[in-house]
Amino acid sequence: MPHMVIANTLRDGRVVFLSHDGSWAAAIADGELAQDETAASRLLANSKSSANSNVVIDPQLIEVNETDHGRQPTAYREYIRAYGPSVRNPG
Amino acid sequence: MYRYDEFDHTFMAERVAQFARQVARRMSGEMTEEQFRPLRLMNGLYLQLHAYMLRVNVPYGSLSSSQLRGLAEIARKYDRNYGHFTTRQNIQYNWIKLDEMPALLGDLAKIEMHGIQSSGNCIRNTTSDQYAGASADEIEDPRVYCEIIRQWSTLHPEFSYLPRKFKIAVTGAPKDRAAVALHDIGLRLYHNAEGKAGFEVLVGGGQGRTPVIAKTIRKWLEPEDMLSYLEAILRVYNLWGRRDNKYKARIKILVNATGIDEFRNQVDAEWDKIKDTKLQLDAQEIERIRAYFASPAYETLPDYSAELIAHGEQNTAFKEWLKSNTAAHKITGYLIVNLSLKSPKQPPGDITSEQMLATADLADHYNFGELRVNHRQNLTFTDVRQIDVYELWQKLAALDLATPNIGKVSDIIACPGLDYCALANARSIPIAERIQQRFEDIDRLHDVGELSLNISGCMNACGHHHVGNIGILGVEKKGQEYYQFTLGGSSTEDAALGDRTGPGFSTDEVVNAVDRILNTYIEQRDDIEETFLETYRRVGMAPFKEALYGAN
Repeated sequence: MPHMVIANTLRDGRVVFLSHDGSWAAAIADGELAQDETAASRLLANSKSSANSNVVIDPQLIEVNETDHGRQPTAYREYIRAYGPSVRNPG
Repeated sequence: MYRYDEFDHTFMAERVAQFARQVARRMSGEMTEEQFRPLRLMNGLYLQLHAYMLRVNVPYGSLSSSQLRGLAEIARKYDRNYGHFTTRQNIQYNWIKLDEMPALLGDLAKIEMHGIQSSGNCIRNTTSDQYAGASADEIEDPRVYCEIIRQWSTLHPEFSYLPRKFKIAVTGAPKDRAAVALHDIGLRLYHNAEGKAGFEVLVGGGQGRTPVIAKTIRKWLEPEDMLSYLEAILRVYNLWGRRDNKYKARIKILVNATGIDEFRNQVDAEWDKIKDTKLQLDAQEIERIRAYFASPAYETLPDYSAELIAHGEQNTAFKEWLKSNTAAHKITGYLIVNLSLKSPKQPPGDITSEQMLATADLADHYNFGELRVNHRQNLTFTDVRQIDVYELWQKLAALDLATPNIGKVSDIIACPGLDYCALANARSIPIAERIQQRFEDIDRLHDVGELSLNISGCMNACGHHHVGNIGILGVEKKGQEYYQFTLGGSSTEDAALGDRTGPGFSTDEVVNAVDRILNTYIEQRDDIEETFLETYRRVGMAPFKEALYGAN
C-alpha cells in the first residue's frame, strides 16, 4: 500500500504533506505517494532534513488508500488529521 | 474577585517577553523542537491534530465580564471565533498559530489571565464549586482558599517538576459540585462540633487509566495549617512518586502502593518540620484574601418565587428551564442561574465569540459583572435577582444558552476526542451531539430526570466517563471506533466509579444503547422520584446488561 509523509507546520501547526519537489502541501492530493518501501524510506529521510526541522514538526509515514473519493489514510486518526474535524466549526 | 497587583502585572509582562524570545529562537532554528516543547507547554500551548491548542487558566472558574470580553476578542482575533470550556474550569482554543502566541499572551495579560501551569508536571488550576459564595448550603466561600493555593502554587520552585501533574479541588458546601474525591488532593470545608470551619483532607483520587476515589488522610485540618499540610503532602509525593513510568506516576498510585496509614505517617513527619514556619497562615492574611471575595451589594428584596412559578404556569418552556437550570440562593430574592452550553447545535462546552460578548453584557446587567465556569462545562450566574429571572431567560434563550437540561441526560460532559485531540482513540463530540438530538424532546428529558452522562475519547478520561451515572469510553478496535459503557459512577459527595457493562458498541449502535439503558431505568424505578443512580444502586447491573446484550 502507498505511503505519504504527514506533519504539522511549525508556524501554525496545520497539517501538511511532503510533495515531490520537497515543499509541504496543505492538501493530501498534492503530497507525494511512495509506492514501495524504498521510496517511503527515502521520502521520510527527506522530510527529516535539517532544513525541514524548523519548518515542520514530527514528520511521519502514513499508509494511504487511493480511492474514487481521493486519497484516504487507512488509520482513522490520520484520516481526521488529513480532512479536519468531523464536526462543524461552531464559530 | 482577586485583582492583579503591580507585582503580578510586572511578572506577566516579563513572562510574555520571555516567551516571545523563545518563539523567535525556535522559529529561527536556534532551538530544536525537543528544547522548545517544554517551554511552550509551560505556557499552556499544546500541538494537537490540526493545530496548536492553547489552554488558559480560569482560576477556580471565576471570570469577570471584562475577562470574558477579552476571551471573546482572542477567539475572534487569533482563533476561529469560538472557545471550549473544559472540565477543569479552563478555556481552550483549538486553532492557534505559534507566531501569534506572543501577541496573544500580551492580550491575555491585559485581562489578567495566562496559560502558565495549565500543562506540565506541576500544580494545575485549583478548581472549585461554581456556586461558591452564593449557594444556600455553603459553610464558607472556598474561593478564598483556592486563591491562597493559587498564590502558593504558582511558580513554586520545589513543585515545578513533580513526577506528574497535580490537581487540587476545594468545596465549601456539603453538596459536592467540585468532584473533590477525584482529585490528587480534595479539601472539604465543614463545621466541627464547636462550629469552627476547617477541612477534611482527601488524597490520591483521580481518573485516567487507573481511576481511584480519594481517601481521607486527615479528618480535621485548621485553615491556618492548610499550606503547610499541602506542602507536606507534595513533598512526600515529590520524593517517592514514581518517575520511571508516567502511567504509575500520579499520587494515587503512590498512596495505594504505600497504604494510606503509612502515607499519612510520612506526611505527618514532614508536616512536623514545617508546620510552624512561614507557611502558617495567620488569620489576618486569610481575611486579606477574603476581602477580594466580599459578597456583592445585595439588595433587600422580597421572595419572588411565587411570581416565577406563576410565569411558568403561562409558559411551559420557562417552567422547565426554571426547574432544571436554576438553584437556590443564600439570599432571599436571588437565584443562581446556569447557562447551558449543551445545545444540540454546538459541541459540549463550546461557545462562540458572539455568545461570549452577549453573556458578558448579561453578566454586567444581571449578575454584578461576574460569572463562573463549572466543571460540567456550563456557565453560571451566581447572583441574579429573582425579579429579573424571566427577562434573563428570554435573553439567554435568544442566544441558545437556555437549553433546559442542566443535570439531565443531554447535559453531557465530552472531551474534544479524536476530532481535535492528539491522544484520543475515538470521537466524543459527534456521539454527544447524536445523544443530544435523540433527547431533544423536553418531556422525555425531564421524565428521565437527574442523570449525568459523560464521554471520553480515550482512557485518559478527560470526559470524566468513570464518574458519569452513564459513562461512555471511546476505544479503537481494528481501526474502528467502539464505545464501552459504565454505569453507576458519581462525582459528588457519594463519589463512585462506574461498573463496566460488557463489550462495546459501534458508532451506529451507541445512541440506541443509551436509549435501552434509559428505558430499563424507567421500567425498573420505584417511582419518578427515584433517580437513575438510586435505581442502579438498588437493582444492580443485571437488568441493564440484559437490555444491552440479551438474556444470554
